[in-house]
Amino acid sequence: MTAAPANTPTRTPRIGANPRGVVLGTLAIGFGIPAVLFAAVLVLSPLSKPLMIDAFIRNVLGQDPATFGYRNLLYGLSVAILAFVLVNFGAIVSGMTVWWEMRVSSRMQSRVGYNRVGAGGFFQWVADAVKLLLKEDLIPADADQLLFRAAPYFVLTGFALTFVALPFGESLIAADLNVGIFYMIAVTALVVVGILLAGWSSNSKWALFGGMRSAAQVISYEIPAGIAIMVPVLMAGSLSMQEIIRQQGAWPWQWNLFTNPFALVAFVIFFVSQLAEGNRTPFDLPEAESELVAGYLSEYSSFRFAIYFLVEFGNLWVMAAVAVTLFFGGWQVPFAGPEVFAAAKGAGDLPGLAWWGLQILSMGVFAAKTLFVLNLIVWVRWTLPRIRVDQMMVLCWKYLVPFAFVAFVATLLWQILLAHVPGARTATGAVLVASTAVVAAFFIRQTRRNLVAMGDRVDLTNW
Amino acid sequence: MEKLILRRVGKDHPDSEEMILNFGPQHPSTHGVINFIVETDGEVLKKAVPEVGYLHRSIEKIGESVGYPQFMPYTDRIDYVAAMFANEGYALAVERLLKIDAPPRAQWLRAISCELVRIASHLVSVGTMAMDIGAFTPMLHGIRERETINDLIEALCGARLTYNYHRIGGVAFDLPEGWRDKTLRFLDHFDAFLVEFDRLISFNEIYVRRLANVAVIPGPMAIDYGLVGPNLRGSGVDWDLRRDLPYGPWALPEFTAKVKWSVPVGKGFTGRTGDCFDRYYVRCLEMKESSRIVRQALESIPEGETMAKVPRKVKPEASEALGRVESARGEMAYYLVSDGSDKPYRLRVRTGSFTAMGIIEDVSPGLMVADLVALIASLDVVAPEIDR
Repeated sequence: MTAAPANTPTRTPRIGANPRGVVLGTLAIGFGIPAVLFAAVLVLSPLSKPLMIDAFIRNVLGQDPATFGYRNLLYGLSVAILAFVLVNFGAIVSGMTVWWEMRVSSRMQSRVGYNRVGAGGFFQWVADAVKLLLKEDLIPADADQLLFRAAPYFVLTGFALTFVALPFGESLIAADLNVGIFYMIAVTALVVVGILLAGWSSNSKWALFGGMRSAAQVISYEIPAGIAIMVPVLMAGSLSMQEIIRQQGAWPWQWNLFTNPFALVAFVIFFVSQLAEGNRTPFDLPEAESELVAGYLSEYSSFRFAIYFLVEFGNLWVMAAVAVTLFFGGWQVPFAGPEVFAAAKGAGDLPGLAWWGLQILSMGVFAAKTLFVLNLIVWVRWTLPRIRVDQMMVLCWKYLVPFAFVAFVATLLWQILLAHVPGARTATGAVLVASTAVVAAFFIRQTRRNLVAMGDRVDLTNW
Repeated sequence: MEKLILRRVGKDHPDSEEMILNFGPQHPSTHGVINFIVETDGEVLKKAVPEVGYLHRSIEKIGESVGYPQFMPYTDRIDYVAAMFANEGYALAVERLLKIDAPPRAQWLRAISCELVRIASHLVSVGTMAMDIGAFTPMLHGIRERETINDLIEALCGARLTYNYHRIGGVAFDLPEGWRDKTLRFLDHFDAFLVEFDRLISFNEIYVRRLANVAVIPGPMAIDYGLVGPNLRGSGVDWDLRRDLPYGPWALPEFTAKVKWSVPVGKGFTGRTGDCFDRYYVRCLEMKESSRIVRQALESIPEGETMAKVPRKVKPEASEALGRVESARGEMAYYLVSDGSDKPYRLRVRTGSFTAMGIIEDVSPGLMVADLVALIASLDVVAPEIDR
């Protein structure tokens, strides 16, 4: 047995010296936080309904709900807890989206990207947020103090309120308003007010430029977006988010996107308009870095700045979720129609275990589709350049608005056609899904060819 | 000064509606300290007046205070994005003053190193142009390829940015072992990269629409304003010093016999001749030509010395000389006057970026704010080269 040379320094393992531990820890927390949030939404949103609370009062507290004095308090409490969970869901999804976007972009740009805080730099967004909170909260001397301070709250309110009508699963929605999609359009408009206020109150020329651009852009693009939204509304015959989803099926050929060729057009218009309303490339004019320094954000720092960024990235989830609701069949689970859900629910006040399983499944389907659309938005951002102000207006008023009207009127006629020709819906779905698959196959083949031409290969292992 | 500039932008009505905007000196798309005083009517520019001088370092005066050989490292700082040309121009001027010639192998090495640096410089130019238009990815792809060139140049002369490689009478070092094969391998990759780059950004619909027919500079106007290099060729003027006023390697018959290349000229690739896209795409085509030149030069490089016999004390007789080279940013000229002492009596540097700045004021009226960014990027101005 040979002893180790005397001069070999013995090193004590440091924290973080074991990469496996770091990776496992990051993975646990990285999957844990969204899992906990989803679980909270899963449990809270069906249980915070008045019927459930009445049942709770009746069965657990042994009181009559009609005469129980604290009934309204319990209602309020349950809604407050749900609101707390949903807003935190938005904020944390926003942070994770930042991480995901940075990882994807670094992959596209041949650089390493986030890799310091946690495995794969997963906690960079936490570090960034903490850093922003520690910065000096600066308000320019000549700024309009009140409006400057108020602006971020408009933005945050417009963002947080969307979660009221945002579906997560079959029964998982805070409030299934019968004007759900109309409500979504209305509250997201608050974000513009905040941006405009920020641009005006900063008393900076760059911020003013950004604010004016934003006002012109977002208000213009609400029109094609609104008309495009009317297409799935017409197809469902309802403004309610859940009802629109219930009118679609689980399989791609039953989605609104593929059962009506004009809905495909409407989706493209809707997607482009959403990019514009969310100030995402190629419509990131209001904060165009190379032109306006930071646009309406120029004078903001610290927490107020963090709020704007939280909303910008959190809105990606909202945008994607609305698109999934309107066009991609929402949370519909294959082989699980409404009768399956009803059967699983059982007769008692508290639904059966199978029902909860189905809810988890529907939530997973919805989240997966949303993440796909979200990824599409990230992809677009790191590929395209920015368009110019006049081109942005031309695109909206000369192309999107007329085409949206055409799609709207054509959908009316299409609905009449569907009523008279049985099977037309399924046939269209099959044809459109098949052609989309062919296009996707060509896209993948061309991507592979381009990679091979560079002497590269498809490699997904090197993350 | 301030009043003068305000008068020049037409601010003689104090209560007029136009907005005066300081576009710089610290601005993300000026890429250095340049200031533009911009008068805008909403998004449309009335005028943009460049204000230069933020990076003035008296380089010409330094040249007159140090000896001839000592000035060579300073030339790197005139244009640090393409420092090799600044080296070459100065070396050429002093050699003409001393009436000596660099040996053939040194001439070949000068051509190879300069064309590699031209590729590196153009990569920065087209990359930052894409970034200014709003696409971030092409810029980093360009920087990635430039990094390989930096590695090659580092192997050649030990520096990655300020090379100090060309010397009076030749070049400092011969090729290191294995450098030739490494460079040829890189060029194979680079030619494929250029195709990919075109696919990624050059013919992207949004990109073309942002640049085509924007800030058109017709050929005669470009000549009047003294535009040089890719900016001049982008306007459709077929003029390249390497071919039309050959110097150094380009004047050697044995070099031109073995290295075949052509001068890309803008011809309205997507719009009118002389628009931003022409200036951009001429640079893309020039990278392809430079790659051709390096490949052929590496295959035909002769053996021999890399330094001529230069007197230990450089003391040219009283005379004057001009060294003009085709830099990545166009003609770069060193004018030297010697009074017979060991320091130049007068040194004058003529750079392409300075004249390019001059044209902005007259091209800018009617452009939009976003077009001004495109115009500045397409002229490929480098802040230290403007002011020296």
